[in-house]
Amino acid sequence: MTAAVFFGCTFIAFGPAIALFLFTIAREPLRVIFLIAGAFFWLVSLLLSSMVWFISVQISNKESAAQQKGLLIFGVVLSVLLQETFRFAYYKLLKKANEGLLTLSQEETMPISIRQLAYVSGLGFGFMSGAFSVVNILADSVGPGTVGIHGDSQHYFLSSAFMTMAIILLHMFWGVVFFDACEKQRWWAVAAVVISHLLVSCLTFQNPEYVASLVPTYVVLFLMGVWAFYSAGGSLRNLKLCLTCKDKDFLLANHRPR
Amino acid sequence: MNASDSDDDIYNERTALVPSENPVLPSYRPDSDTSLPGDSPTKRVNVCSLLSVSRHEVDADDEELTLKYGAKHVIMLFIPVTLCMAVVVATIKSVSFYTEKTDQQLIYTPFTENTASVGRRLLNSVLNTIIMISVIVVMTIFLVVLYKYRCYKFIHGWLILSSLMLLFWFSFMYLGEVFKTYNLAVDYPTVGVIIWNFGAVGMICIHWKGPLQLQQAYLILISALMALVFIKYLPEWSAWVILGAISVYDLVAVLSPKGPLRMLVETAQERNEPIFPALIYSSAMMWTVGMASPADAQRSETDEEAEQSGGGAEPPSRQSRSLPEDELEEDRGVKLGLGDFIFYSVLVGKAAATGGDWNTTLACFVAILIGLCLTLLLLAIFKKALPALPISITFGLVFYFSTDFLVQPFMDNLAAHQFYI
Repeated sequence: MTAAVFFGCTFIAFGPAIALFLFTIAREPLRVIFLIAGAFFWLVSLLLSSMVWFISVQISNKESAAQQKGLLIFGVVLSVLLQETFRFAYYKLLKKANEGLLTLSQEETMPISIRQLAYVSGLGFGFMSGAFSVVNILADSVGPGTVGIHGDSQHYFLSSAFMTMAIILLHMFWGVVFFDACEKQRWWAVAAVVISHLLVSCLTFQNPEYVASLVPTYVVLFLMGVWAFYSAGGSLRNLKLCLTCKDKDFLLANHRPR
Repeated sequence: MNASDSDDDIYNERTALVPSENPVLPSYRPDSDTSLPGDSPTKRVNVCSLLSVSRHEVDADDEELTLKYGAKHVIMLFIPVTLCMAVVVATIKSVSFYTEKTDQQLIYTPFTENTASVGRRLLNSVLNTIIMISVIVVMTIFLVVLYKYRCYKFIHGWLILSSLMLLFWFSFMYLGEVFKTYNLAVDYPTVGVIIWNFGAVGMICIHWKGPLQLQQAYLILISALMALVFIKYLPEWSAWVILGAISVYDLVAVLSPKGPLRMLVETAQERNEPIFPALIYSSAMMWTVGMASPADAQRSETDEEAEQSGGGAEPPSRQSRSLPEDELEEDRGVKLGLGDFIFYSVLVGKAAATGGDWNTTLACFVAILIGLCLTLLLLAIFKKALPALPISITFGLVFYFSTDFLVQPFMDNLAAHQFYI
């Protein structure tokens, strides 16, 4: 419960996401706007699922702990499904907006492509999801206290931070894969995204058994990352060119001779 | 400190109109056909909710350019609004003075909320709101009347007094509270020097000339200070009802044909005068290719503003510049009234003040930004002065109450079990 814990957990949770934001999104106003709109859509989905959960809790038996836990699990599943629904809704909205703008302007190309929108909206979802999950915990970590004094796990903050990082990156990958699948009408891929989201959320039901929840989550993260990389047009060849700094397009764009 | 007096002055001052005959143009000057009157705390509130954007004629070929420029304008407003909210939230969370319950209330909200029953409390807050809004309406109409009868000196003096109060007295109070919070012992001469410099530079920047970014920074700071005063002295429920009522008033005042703000804008347009410097935040920037010196840039910026405002007669200062049009690239920017800043920050600050919950603050922040985005979209479609408060405040209020009552228990339960959604 020191400043070290606070800063460490903050940077673990938000470091990659903030780096992505600063290097790829911050300079382009359109991307920032769509990022915030994505965050807004996630927020609305959370609002709806909280409302349903709240109503179900009010009409249930508040004394029974098992029932409350069951309702919470129901709330989690509902929330995941609603999030994916709103992701689809955001996709539809963006397609409509894209079409509208295309017909309005004489240009053939859009100022922002659907793939960039997929990345940005996924990151927006991720930011909001991560922030809502972890900010209160981080605020508490600044104050006084002893972690796990009642016998709970001592690694609460650290595991929360790692889980949050995984969730943010996962949202970004899910966004890319989801939009790509919708573009190509591959509904099995959409279902796979939804199922993997459900899987990751249900894995957290095992907390505080962090090994059982974090390790599979990171495996899913890695797999989704690879899938998103390929669906965004990456390949081993691209990767090799990029890593050995021989990627001509990139070099041209950055005016660096090689 | 007698809160009511100082705020009274501020309210009075904020209703002042700025005279238009300044030969020496400030570093920014709202275009008369695009500018929106700023708000003063009460007047600011009334007047501020106008947004305007100036841009070239848009034809089909410019659509993509419009989209890009439109997005840039949105970001140019996101950043100051975010900064203002960040200052207010940071202060609220660290300096406890602004969240301490006090029995002192503004003169405009005389009914107390320390009553026993819920119904009585609600009634008191509604009465407070009615009084506050009536004061605002009366002041705005007074302002419009003053403007119509060209009492520019009166208005100008009023505005200067108001800024003086804000820049010196309120910032002195703020500095004192920050020192108290962090237990720093600072001597009076040092504080005197700091406040004197801060205030004097602020007066010059806001009312005369100054670098655009310094001016913007000062406007953000005084909006934040005003928002903090509101957060401290408005009672709980009254604040929420006032926020709601002010959005409705804003809508009416700007859009209805007999609305005071609309009449203000139209009168200013008839006279080809700019209105309200120092009550509007302008994101306008202007750059010329190969400009000789900052002085030229300054002059050219004001020239462009003058060009926009002067439909018929050209102001003499314009003749001095002879740059051909195609060498000039300009971005006239969007203007947002300071009252909008104040009320956005009041909403987010109140969300941060009540309870230790950051989720509510974040939700209100995102909601307000999205409301601003939508308002700017409407501005791009309709291309006339629009109220900036209604959509953002509505979203903000909806998200505040729903996050506080519905989302917060859900997220708390999830965090307790460490479930992730």
